[in-house]
Amino acid sequence: MRVPILKQGPYLIASVQSALTDADLLQMRDDLARLVGQHRSHGVVVDVTALDVLDSFAARTLRTMAYAIRLRGAQMVIVGIQPEVAFAMVQLGLSLPGVDTALDLEEGLALLNRKTSEDHASEG
Amino acid sequence: MKDEVRVTIKSDVDVVAARQEGRALAAHLGFSTGDLALIATAISEVARNIVNYAKQGEIILKVAEKDGRYGIVVVARDQGPGIADVARAMQDGHSTSGGLGLGLPGSKRVMDDFDIVSEVDKGTTVTMKKWAR
Repeated sequence: MRVPILKQGPYLIASVQSALTDADLLQMRDDLARLVGQHRSHGVVVDVTALDVLDSFAARTLRTMAYAIRLRGAQMVIVGIQPEVAFAMVQLGLSLPGVDTALDLEEGLALLNRKTSEDHASEG
Repeated sequence: MKDEVRVTIKSDVDVVAARQEGRALAAHLGFSTGDLALIATAISEVARNIVNYAKQGEIILKVAEKDGRYGIVVVARDQGPGIADVARAMQDGHSTSGGLGLGLPGSKRVMDDFDIVSEVDKGTTVTMKKWAR
């Protein structure tokens, strides 16, 4: 199932609704990298609350996605990693180095607000 | 609930199906939500190895019982190219497919028993077991 991506002001919100196949994950990655340019977005929130598994492929794809979006000039934050998913990732040795995470959508948007205002402050 | 579930693995869609079947069976056996996530993730890793390396194979999910305790047995079997150096494949960070190289060693860490038998040009069978606490 293709992940729906909503535009909210300067941000994009990718809201994962159900289990994702590898192809779905790659589709989301490509959609977001393209839409950041189309909408001139400053930030992206990827909400994975609905996911009960984040395996090595998902971790690698999320990392690639975050780095690519940064190269496109926007910030990405992953929100909603469930407690048992977080423990499973740690035990499997999976991590997301250099990728921002936040508790939920609200915290994710607040993080993006802080990060994008810092960017603009340092530009001025 | 059947005592054995077989999932044919041919594509990424089947990887999701296998881990969902495994989670359902493990939930039925009384595993904690934490263990369900570990089991589902380990199944995802071994099922994806089938798709990536062997193209097709199967995941067999079974119930184990010992002294009144229940466990889940996950068998991932393929007739693919096999693994030339199994010891190396079990090391963290070793991958021949550009992956993270954490699938097999990670799965071994989170399951109670882990066994891998592989023969070049014959295929690979991974058998993993986890007991409900």
